[in-house]
Amino acid sequence: MNVTGVEEEVHSHTEHALWRAGNGACAGCGMSLGLQWVDQALDGEKPTMVVPACCAVVTPGSYPTTAFGVPAVATTFASSPSVATGVSRVRQMNGEDIPTICWAGDGGTYDIGLATISGAAERNEDIIYICYDNEIYGNTGGQRSSATLPGARTSTTPAGKHEPKKDIMAVLVAHRIPYAATLSLAHRDDFLRKIRVARRLRGFRFMVMLSPCPAGWKSDPAEGIDLVRAAVGCGLFPLYEVFDGRRYRINARPDGTALEDYLSRQGRFRTPSFDHAATRAAIAEQWAYLDAMEAAFPAGPREGSDVPAAPPPPPIAPEANGPVTGP
Amino acid sequence: MSRAYVTGNHAAGHALAAAGEANRRARGCCGGAYPITPQTEIIEYLMAHAFARGSVVPVESEHSAMGVCIGAALAGARAFTASSANGLLYMMENVFAAGYYRLPVVMVVSNRTLGPPWNIWADQGDSLALRDAPWLQFYCDSHQDLVDTILVAFRIAEDLRVLLPAIVAQDGFLLSHTQMVVDLPEQELVDGYLPPLDLPHHLDFGRPRMYGGMTWPRDTQRQRADIQAAMDRVPEVLDEALDDFERSFGRRPVSAFSAEQTGDADIVVVACNTLAETAREVVRARRAAGERVGLVRVKLFRPFLRQALVDAVGPASRVAVLDRNHSPGSGGIFWNEIATSLRSRPDVVLQDYIVGLGGSDVAPAVIDGIIRDVGTRDTAADPIFITEAVA
Repeated sequence: MNVTGVEEEVHSHTEHALWRAGNGACAGCGMSLGLQWVDQALDGEKPTMVVPACCAVVTPGSYPTTAFGVPAVATTFASSPSVATGVSRVRQMNGEDIPTICWAGDGGTYDIGLATISGAAERNEDIIYICYDNEIYGNTGGQRSSATLPGARTSTTPAGKHEPKKDIMAVLVAHRIPYAATLSLAHRDDFLRKIRVARRLRGFRFMVMLSPCPAGWKSDPAEGIDLVRAAVGCGLFPLYEVFDGRRYRINARPDGTALEDYLSRQGRFRTPSFDHAATRAAIAEQWAYLDAMEAAFPAGPREGSDVPAAPPPPPIAPEANGPVTGP
Repeated sequence: MSRAYVTGNHAAGHALAAAGEANRRARGCCGGAYPITPQTEIIEYLMAHAFARGSVVPVESEHSAMGVCIGAALAGARAFTASSANGLLYMMENVFAAGYYRLPVVMVVSNRTLGPPWNIWADQGDSLALRDAPWLQFYCDSHQDLVDTILVAFRIAEDLRVLLPAIVAQDGFLLSHTQMVVDLPEQELVDGYLPPLDLPHHLDFGRPRMYGGMTWPRDTQRQRADIQAAMDRVPEVLDEALDDFERSFGRRPVSAFSAEQTGDADIVVVACNTLAETAREVVRARRAAGERVGLVRVKLFRPFLRQALVDAVGPASRVAVLDRNHSPGSGGIFWNEIATSLRSRPDVVLQDYIVGLGGSDVAPAVIDGIIRDVGTRDTAADPIFITEAVA
């Protein structure tokens, strides 16, 4: 019987990699590098990938080939956390300690998938959720999302976006999930450590990665990592982690890099309406908030560095509280 | 068997739980649960059930309820949920997805009117809006039929010749909230009837695959043709499932259609769900008065077995379809299917009556009037709305 849409195994020299050679990602794609680093951080462990509509569904290639070297489910746009819930619950009830990873763009995370993520986070499902955030709907040609920076030009904000970027970390932290962190492709050690921390913890773990998109950012594909380094250095993309939604740790502070160094190399910010002063003020405000939170609610010294592995989850206990009563 | 006096929703909850429990010998069961009137008692029943190997997840929306079913089924579990009306439409994207992934999810629908304006009463427009989804659809006319059909639905959905999800529908309130004495099958019997699920394309680390990735038009055409071929195999699988059911439980649920007194009928009424129950009483009364009237009850709507419908209608020259649903600009949805089926019978006067929308009462007198009306017609008219004023 042919079940179309289920792709046959494709052998290549990278057949055991999570994200194999021959994929169709653009030159300089941050998502592609991020997937390879997740693979490295997992030290050979093979997760199940759950991917909503985004570039990670298009770039693996068409049936019957796939660049994913692990089982990967392409879900409807808003459904990666709910489908991952089903996968994770069944793995758990069968005693299988295999990570279930949602890998989604900012459209699927900040916008259409937000209610689903909130549901899975509130239930503290045993899922690692990673958002690769290129601050646009890249797959459809670069439309605004609620992750788009104010002032940025997209195909649906030709004069520049007016609204601020949604603070998705604050949204997820407010769910008091075990772990929330930002990921930088310019800070490899920090990136790998955070994936490993997430792997050792249980429950809903959320990470957001700034993901260079040369096509959407109107930037040089060779400069992606430099751009991320500049975004972290100028304070626009803070690197930090939050445990249990309460204990903060800042991983890298602004290093004096000029905001202009980040903006000037991307065509998307070349709009007459771009407000540099407002952007600097927003960065300062964000840092004042993070500094205050870290000072008031610091993460413990061991958290995130030498966290002992959590025991495997107990089998799901029957959820009943008593016999079913008749009508 | 344990006989119990229960509601339709309680009966449905029992059957779903027993089917899920039967898979404890394999990878267990899992489903998403989200409340909506008039199916809420089903998901309450499932949440209260202590599964040996199972997990029912109280999610934040119907869309996610089906998302959980998709993930659970892909991971090898027996998956189920229940919904109604606008919840079903909110779920719709993932309803289609579950079928296109070829996952044998079973969903009970307690039929309810789509809003706005808001109305909680029975109307089959909700599940019939999913008529173009790759799902089987069964319509039940009694509490016992509901219990039995849910078990049969799992059996057919999981058969490798079919491997498609199934909706089992009942009328909201008219069945979901009324009580009848029902045989609730014991777990041991259900264990014997439903073999452990072994989904051939479940998530397998030895064979990494992408599920639902990109395809070219040629492959999509093949996938759709495969689904049609699976639908075409339903009749043989259904017959086997009913034979086995009879051996296991000592009774035989209705197959695709039931034909009652149609062998010599001049007029045949076609109806489903509780409308068929009322029509059955009217037909019996007319028979007792010496009129040659028959009834065809539609049980299986997807696939729609056209020749079986023609056979069930028999030699009648006039057919009245009762549609508790409405496709604006067209007419009744059952009528459309029946008209397509009866194209080999141009001699039949086929008249559509749209009745009971929004849960309006369809009293025996209404059906009496319809039988009188169709009996006077030599040609069919456009679908006729039977409103309270007319009745």
